[in-house]
Amino acid sequence: MSSAETPLLRADGLTKFYGTRTGCLDVSLNLYEGEVLAVVGESGSGKSTLLSLLSMQMEPTHGHVHYRMRDGEMRDLAGLSEAECRLLLRTDWGFVHQDARLGLRMGVSAGGNVGERLMAIGWRNYGRIRHEAADWLARVEIDGGRIDDPPGTFSGGMRQRLQIAKNLVTKPRLVFMDEPTGGLDVSVQARLLDLVRGLVADLGLAAIIVTHDLAVARLLSHRLMVMKAGRVIETGLTDQVLDDPREPYTQLLVSSVLQV
Amino acid sequence: MPPTSTAPALDIHAIAKTFVMHLRGGAQLPVVRGASFVVDAGECVVLGGPSGAGKSSVLKMIFGNYRTDAGHIRVASSGGIVDVASASPREIVALRRSTIGYVSQFLRVIPRISALDLVIAAAIETGADKDTASDRATRLLCRLNLPERLWHLPPATFSGGEQQRVNIARGFAAERPILLLDEPTASLDAANRDVVAELVAEQKSKGAAVLGIFHDDDVRRLVADRIVDITRFSA
Repeated sequence: MSSAETPLLRADGLTKFYGTRTGCLDVSLNLYEGEVLAVVGESGSGKSTLLSLLSMQMEPTHGHVHYRMRDGEMRDLAGLSEAECRLLLRTDWGFVHQDARLGLRMGVSAGGNVGERLMAIGWRNYGRIRHEAADWLARVEIDGGRIDDPPGTFSGGMRQRLQIAKNLVTKPRLVFMDEPTGGLDVSVQARLLDLVRGLVADLGLAAIIVTHDLAVARLLSHRLMVMKAGRVIETGLTDQVLDDPREPYTQLLVSSVLQV
Repeated sequence: MPPTSTAPALDIHAIAKTFVMHLRGGAQLPVVRGASFVVDAGECVVLGGPSGAGKSSVLKMIFGNYRTDAGHIRVASSGGIVDVASASPREIVALRRSTIGYVSQFLRVIPRISALDLVIAAAIETGADKDTASDRATRLLCRLNLPERLWHLPPATFSGGEQQRVNIARGFAAERPILLLDEPTASLDAANRDVVAELVAEQKSKGAAVLGIFHDDDVRRLVADRIVDITRFSA
């Protein structure tokens, strides 16, 4: 099978119980290279649990996640060695947290935050690392003069952009995003969304974006999954699910969005 | 290159669609039933019928925005015939990139991107290189009489008519074998309506299959090779 036909990531029957409470139930999906999947639903619908399971931050109670490694082999993530996991997390994957403080080291300079990921994959030349970091700060529209400042001195929107630079500097093939625009002002959101949209398209990234904001899903994703009470209740092409929602709950979600 | 020279660009066969409104106690809203027609390369078919007959819904079913309950929507693409009614999301995304363009009267504004860049991006999407795309975009915005001082601004603050013309420029900058037009001339002035009619004629002469809705009789007379009355398929 050619790589275009094999999914980059495949999940089968992912289930997570927290004691007797259900986090997520029997979720299966395929994600292909360059494809952006949005997972929407209200708080408690299981979308963040799903993201944690897919990105190895949490172990499923049942089910498996397979990922196509750079050598083309489809591997069960549960079977990876610790070193393989580390390499995947540092190079081929990115994870953008809603709270940038979870994805950044707040005491380290902006340049250091970005450079760190390069050092983790073996870059040693200080000048090259700094040059690459500066290049990425520019791509996410952070003034080069701030390269030595720690993110603690940045605004919320800048921190989020720095987190994105840090994740993309190693040219990952897959990026997970958990409410990437949550908690930002609307104008700051717009700038971030536009930036993410451009970068995802330019780099041909695959992405899984968890959001409760249908407008974010519409702007960024090709495909949409709607979750409720831990289950996927509707899935399809993003504008099809939003323009022609089939399930009662999806119709409620779509009709609840305020028009501006 | 069409896979077989005999297949029409677009072959609609017995399509049906009913909306079920769960928030209205499961009320059923039938839209269209048993609609069948074809559109060949190089012709413009106009959907006729009164407002509410389901013309726009048919276009949205073809583009994949609306799901199709029954029937087939066979599209001739470079990779072979794809049935939109049963295609996977990935197939539809690929089809939109390569084969089917859609122009409505409404622009979905993307924050911060200038009018010119929006049009250039549309041309690049269908494989034009940067220079060709930029030429084509500039020419289209000129022809559609969008004042040059607006080209480098994001269209969020434009008037409805200005946004509409940016959207039309986008639709025609991308050259695809099938073009769906959902009332692109609504509320345009006569001069700009004529430009749209010319653009449609140019697409036809390049071999595109055009399927459109035009309320304006003058434009319809100018562009239509055939009219398919959708009322006979109303559900």
